Amino acid sequence: MLAIYKREFKSYFYSMTGSIFIAFLAVITGIYFMAYNLHSGYPYFSYSLSGVMFVLLIAVPVLTMRSFSEERKNKTDQLLLTSPVSVGKVVAGKYLAMVTIFLIPCIIFCAYPLIIKTQGKAYFLADYTAIFVFFLMGCVYIAIGSFLSALTESQIIAAISTFGVLMILYLWEGLMSFLPSNAIGGMAGIWIIMTLCVMFVYHMTRNIVLSSGIEAAGSIVLLVIYFVKSSVYEGILEKILGNFALTNVFTNVSDNNLLDVKGIVFYLTLIGVFLFLTVQTIQKRRFS
Amino acid sequence: MIEVKNLVKKYGNHTAVDHLSFQIEKGHIYGLLGPNGAGKSTTMNIMTGYLGATEGEVRINGHDILKEPEEAKKAVGYLPEIPPLYVDMTVKEYLMFAAELKKVKKQDRKDEVNKVMKLVRIYDVKDRLIKNLSKGYKQRVGLAQAVLGFPETIILDEPTVGLDPKQIIEIRELIRELAKEHTVILSSHILAEVREVCDHIMIISKGKLVASDTPENMEKQMAGREALEIETRLLPERTEEILSKVAGITNVTYPKSEPGITRALIEAEPGLDVREEIFRAFAREDSALLTMYQQKKTLEDIFLELTQEGGTAYAGNL
Repeated sequence: MLAIYKREFKSYFYSMTGSIFIAFLAVITGIYFMAYNLHSGYPYFSYSLSGVMFVLLIAVPVLTMRSFSEERKNKTDQLLLTSPVSVGKVVAGKYLAMVTIFLIPCIIFCAYPLIIKTQGKAYFLADYTAIFVFFLMGCVYIAIGSFLSALTESQIIAAISTFGVLMILYLWEGLMSFLPSNAIGGMAGIWIIMTLCVMFVYHMTRNIVLSSGIEAAGSIVLLVIYFVKSSVYEGILEKILGNFALTNVFTNVSDNNLLDVKGIVFYLTLIGVFLFLTVQTIQKRRFS
Repeated sequence: MIEVKNLVKKYGNHTAVDHLSFQIEKGHIYGLLGPNGAGKSTTMNIMTGYLGATEGEVRINGHDILKEPEEAKKAVGYLPEIPPLYVDMTVKEYLMFAAELKKVKKQDRKDEVNKVMKLVRIYDVKDRLIKNLSKGYKQRVGLAQAVLGFPETIILDEPTVGLDPKQIIEIRELIRELAKEHTVILSSHILAEVREVCDHIMIISKGKLVASDTPENMEKQMAGREALEIETRLLPERTEEILSKVAGITNVTYPKSEPGITRALIEAEPGLDVREEIFRAFAREDSALLTMYQQKKTLEDIFLELTQEGGTAYAGNL
């Protein structure tokens, strides 16, 4: 794992991707810092950081797009998968290398509150918490990017799909308000989510009996609930999907100085889930 | 020792490997021979743990490649069809990485990489970027990677494809050198290459093992079915009459030949040499034989016969 981590980390600098990623984040953050904190005199660095959030949508796909797709295209995955190293360690090594690259600009950010301090009062606790949560949010994005990169052989497809997914997550809150709140709409929404899950199960297992069984049983349960107590479905989509508002955890810290422990756990869980899915995707490919 | 038992690999409806079983003993050079698309690369990819099999198992020194992958993979070095090179690294960096990946101990790593680089003769280019190397050198870097850690078995998938004749000879010499201390399995669709290097040939056709033997044995085994060719100035009817008196002949065919000359292809019972009997039969009738010629089946003929549609099965020790 250490070998892969070291090689991967170095390769981000051979190919300039790592350097450009770091420079890009640092420059944009610098501009926001200058405008908000230095020019307008706002003492919270976390506010600038929340402005920079959209930059991750562009920067993270660039960082993650080649992580697994390129190996597959150049057939270098044959070296990794035929070496005495487990797939889990390969994924972990690569993921940690990307996280380390992202850690570098985050360490640079740590200097900004100190600069604010030289000009007057700084809010260290709020700012450093914001940087930490910002870092964790980036780690979630990187895990999503890795997973999408493992699904394809093309870096471009990996980058664009990662950007798309991150964009949707960014706009999540706004999109929620378009969801239907009546009972029938709620049920339809739940049914669509369930069907998508079943399709994923089928994609992974190729077991038509299992997946159609789950689908049929689920549909019946949904209908029964609708006829017994339709009020359950009212506003249910917003309630359930609203929990997945990824950026909320960070914006709560940056805008309201509220740190939600549940949110941190949510981030860590998402990282775990996407890395697990990455491993499964690679494992599955060997058997198809 | 590698045991392959009942290996099946299906891609959708297409069966790439069809119930393949064989054993690889220590200390030989094995040649996996077959036309393009026969399933050689798939078999090798499964043996090294890159792909999972649909059915069957691969055991390396008793370790199942899927259940105990780390133990099993340690005993095998693999050079795939396209060398798995990180082209933005230098040769030395790449090999140091590969050595670490293969769990070569830190204090031995440098020595071992140097040793391998000298063995495959890439020491002169050790500080060059892999992307700037020629195809032959890239192949050798790939080979060096497979040899690193000095595993018991080295598996090479078409190691000479795309190289010029001089490089082919060099790679072959290298393989022979490696075979002194390792078991080598190589695949090829070129018969001459396998015959030259290997001391055991396995012919694969459509995912099935159709022959497995030493090259000499293979030629010997097929000798029984070879036809004897004779030519005489007698009419075909007369020739048939004489031949009918010889015991042991199973089939005679009369292919076209020059006017005034009868050509006969005689097949006898396997293992029976009827040449003397035929000579005596013609001598008794005071008829002259113009030629008598035992056709010799070359490995090429065997290969073509076995890998073509409707070819007869090989009777050797499968």
